[in-house]
Amino acid sequence: MARITAGVGSSHVPLLGVAVDQGKTGDDYFGPIFAGYEWTREWEKREKPDVVILVYNDHASAFDASIIPTFAIGCGERYKPADEGWGPRAVPDVEGHADLAWHIAQSLILDDFDMTIINEMDVDHGLTVPLSMMFGQPEAWPTKVIPLAVNVVTYPVPSGNRCWALGEGIARAVASFPEDLNVQIWGTGGMSHQLQGPRAGLLNREWDTKFMDLLVGDSQAARAIPHIEYLRETGSEGIEMVMWLIMRGALGRETKLLHRHYHIPCSNTAIGHIVLDPAE
Amino acid sequence: MNQDIHEYLAELEDIPGTRVFTARRARQGYHLNQFAMSLMKPENRERWKADERAYLDEWPMSEEQKQAVLARDYNRCLDLGGNVYFLAKVFSTDGLSFAEAVSTMTDMTFPEYREMMLNGGRSAEGNRSIKANRAAAGAADQQGGY
Ligand SMILES: [Fe+2]
Repeated sequence: MARITAGVGSSHVPLLGVAVDQGKTGDDYFGPIFAGYEWTREWEKREKPDVVILVYNDHASAFDASIIPTFAIGCGERYKPADEGWGPRAVPDVEGHADLAWHIAQSLILDDFDMTIINEMDVDHGLTVPLSMMFGQPEAWPTKVIPLAVNVVTYPVPSGNRCWALGEGIARAVASFPEDLNVQIWGTGGMSHQLQGPRAGLLNREWDTKFMDLLVGDSQAARAIPHIEYLRETGSEGIEMVMWLIMRGALGRETKLLHRHYHIPCSNTAIGHIVLDPAE
Repeated sequence: MNQDIHEYLAELEDIPGTRVFTARRARQGYHLNQFAMSLMKPENRERWKADERAYLDEWPMSEEQKQAVLARDYNRCLDLGGNVYFLAKVFSTDGLSFAEAVSTMTDMTFPEYREMMLNGGRSAEGNRSIKANRAAAGAADQQGGY
């Protein structure tokens, strides 16, 4: 049987991809950020996931304004890194796991989640930056990836509660897949940041810390955080953190903390990541 | 989680210095955002750079939207339904970094903005609610009057 063995929450700031691609990960600016991910890179080497369900959002790369899926699951065989306006990142193609992805898609639809199914798309920094942070610069990514794209741009975006429930549905779907697979789920985006308007540059260490605290243990409090709280406290783009709740929901009743790290700033953004085990 | 949609949308307008990308803005800015998206293609970028006005005239955008883009007035673009992930195609084509472009929407220069970020960013304090700020200002005025 396939099983979800761990969850990761992580920022996916595009500048981190630039730092990796240009070999700047050890400089004064980026050094502290990449040092925080060192533990996680070593841990991933030991864990060797077969598949990562990678929850992220597209930033006007694969999807334009013409179609806005709330929850979309990639069921394709492979995905190319997107050209975000300055050429695609020189990172490996992303290999999908079509069997498991289609199984999850079907299971979720039967479980009342009306998923959009994507067979072909390019994947932007939202998906490739977390891969670089966890795996560095390999010839080929050491895991298959199921992209799960969430609309966190056009309002209303899905509620935290719905994201959490989707995570629970994903866990049920994975548990009913007959093949023996080590599956991780990553929720990406955030943490506090605002990229627009006179209030741009807002960061909130206190709130971000509290949010990470809420993901550990058996609390369900985070699923009730309303959109307006993310907007007021974490900036207009901090709403991406609802994607971490899909990861948390998939880990079941209780989690155990393996690692966490937080750093301010990276460009306009607060960088955070957390590694969780489902406590059984 | 059943929230009244009118209350929900009204709350989204209560954040200082922020235009939440609601359905209303997404509709208003549709062609502005699709224009920006078209700059993902190198051949379109070339035509855009050669004659910005002519390129804009190919799109069913309002004159106000075109003027805002030509002036690179990103706050105005946001007011007219632009979304920053789409507008990013315009400033990337100009060779601006995300942080530099974002700083133009604030009252700071880019070096000042960068400095603020290095020092922990803008505080949420006093930046959470237009209504709360007004109430606080009103209370302060009254105190001053006594
Ligand atoms: Fe993002």
